[in-house]
Amino acid sequence: MEQAYGNFLYIVTLLTAGGIYAILALGLNIQWGFTGLFNAGIAGFYAIGAYVSAILTTAPSVRHLGGYEMPYAVSFAAAMIVAGILAWGVGKICLRLRSDYLAIATIGIAEIFRLILKNETWATNGPRGVSQVPKPFESLPEPWNALAFLAMVLITVAVIYILLETARKSPWGRVMTAIRENEPAARAAGKNVARFRMEGFVVGCMLMALAGAFTAHNLKFIGPNVSDPLTATFLVWVMLVVGGSANNKGAILGAFLMWTVWSATELLTSRLPDDWAIRTAYIRIFLIGLVLQIVLQKFPRGILPEQRLTSPAKAPGATGKTVD
Amino acid sequence: MMDIIGDLINFHLIPGIVLGSIYALGAIGLTLTFGILRFANFAHGEIMTLGAYFAWTLVQLTGWHPVAVMPIAMGLTVLVALGIDRGFYKPFRASPTIMLVIASFGMMLMVRSLVQLIWGVQIKTIMPGIQMPLVLFDWLRISPKHIIIVTSAVALMFAVHYLLTYTKIGKAMRAMSDSPELARLTGINTEAVIRATWIIGAALAAAAGALLALDTHIQTMMGFKLLLPVFAATILGGIGRPYGAVVGGLVIGLAEELSSYAWIGDTPLLNPGYKAGVAFAIMVAMLIWRPSGLFRGKVY
Repeated sequence: MEQAYGNFLYIVTLLTAGGIYAILALGLNIQWGFTGLFNAGIAGFYAIGAYVSAILTTAPSVRHLGGYEMPYAVSFAAAMIVAGILAWGVGKICLRLRSDYLAIATIGIAEIFRLILKNETWATNGPRGVSQVPKPFESLPEPWNALAFLAMVLITVAVIYILLETARKSPWGRVMTAIRENEPAARAAGKNVARFRMEGFVVGCMLMALAGAFTAHNLKFIGPNVSDPLTATFLVWVMLVVGGSANNKGAILGAFLMWTVWSATELLTSRLPDDWAIRTAYIRIFLIGLVLQIVLQKFPRGILPEQRLTSPAKAPGATGKTVD
Repeated sequence: MMDIIGDLINFHLIPGIVLGSIYALGAIGLTLTFGILRFANFAHGEIMTLGAYFAWTLVQLTGWHPVAVMPIAMGLTVLVALGIDRGFYKPFRASPTIMLVIASFGMMLMVRSLVQLIWGVQIKTIMPGIQMPLVLFDWLRISPKHIIIVTSAVALMFAVHYLLTYTKIGKAMRAMSDSPELARLTGINTEAVIRATWIIGAALAAAAGALLALDTHIQTMMGFKLLLPVFAATILGGIGRPYGAVVGGLVIGLAEELSSYAWIGDTPLLNPGYKAGVAFAIMVAMLIWRPSGLFRGKVY
């Protein structure tokens, strides 16, 4: 019984983190899947969201900025707004150039933000991070607090999914696809390419910040390691590419699937003797990288390929053909 | 007075030139791959790390000076880079280049995790012991290793200059960087050019890694930390412009070191913790002001 309860709690934790990753993957899907923008600094926007929300909600502390004790709704909104403004600035500089520049600039932004987190100890408590971050529903009795938090995450994923699906099928979404597939044609059709790109980039980054805010409250602690490019940027890319970019269901599936694989392998390797546990941790990263390469080369459309919107008259036989 | 100037030169100007020549070596390779294969290679930093670890291992095995084993380390790194190209980049030759960016992004983590698996994450030194600096005119102090680093870097730069200017493959590389279609039409073997690009790029990256190891120490994250300044140097110099990369590398290296000098008052102008931010700031400024770089490189 005890064992079963422990497993149950483990699954709740797994699903909560998986749901947070699903938000990240959906955010990246707007940028890469729909708009064709390469964000290599997911970790930066994720960390900004985490810190903003944590600082706005924690009790006063001498070690870091805080004591505002705002409600969660305000801190979540603030996290998204701050990330959105920052994304706007990055987009203003880089979106007129090819994707490679955006990739370089976003990886740079993520690193700069890491430096700030480490150096501005008055605000962030430096490497020791912000602790005692409140968690929504934590006053509820034991399994219910975790379940309520999980429900909040999953409902958020569902709401974002519905909004994105609506957007994808709307004229806005069709313009996005047009820009990604053939920018000169979209421009010739009179679409303001720069504005649509900016919208895709900013909205994606705001979702990443929301995921960061959820993480801060879920873990009740946040440190500069939150912006680790491996777990915050790279893993999200693997999730989206494996699940199927430009497919929102694929992004969610990829997030839960890869997070389960990632956590399950960690569970396995942590039971090995110390020396081997450390070594296998690197093998795990290597294999995840290899999975990405194999999927990119052999199955570039992922598990759930993009579903193209075609006009109803042409629908039979015209679907399922994508330009990779 | 001499003390103040000495302080500026000994602790900021000379380290800036040393760091700048290391950045320059990395940036030449990056700018060539960016110009010829047309993608931002995120794994370039890890190639530098690999070069440093090969050099370290060779020093342990032979007991020679790091610069003496450097050619072997460069050769080994070139073999790895060619293998990576064959297995992971070649399948995307006909695809949009962004696929190569993702592949290189994945490669960054694969190479790093292999280095961590094989060599461990502890910091290593390639030359144990402290060397006494040479003292000139009472105030100028130059460490022998700094002379070795700058001399080696300059020698390698001249070798690249010779290669690009006078050899057939070097001319073909420049032609392909300028216009891949025209190059193909004139019968240039593009696969041979791509191979040459990886050979030069990986060899210089390995040298940069080994020289940085000689200057400071070796750790598995060193390549990732080099990535941003080297990208900044590439963009500053202009993509596809090897001479621009040299200038860009030196400017970034000097700017990073001079930013922590106490220009006004007694405190450093910029908290040394933000040194890495200097390269980024210069890069952003270039992207706004002149994305083609100082040497009128390509803008995609």
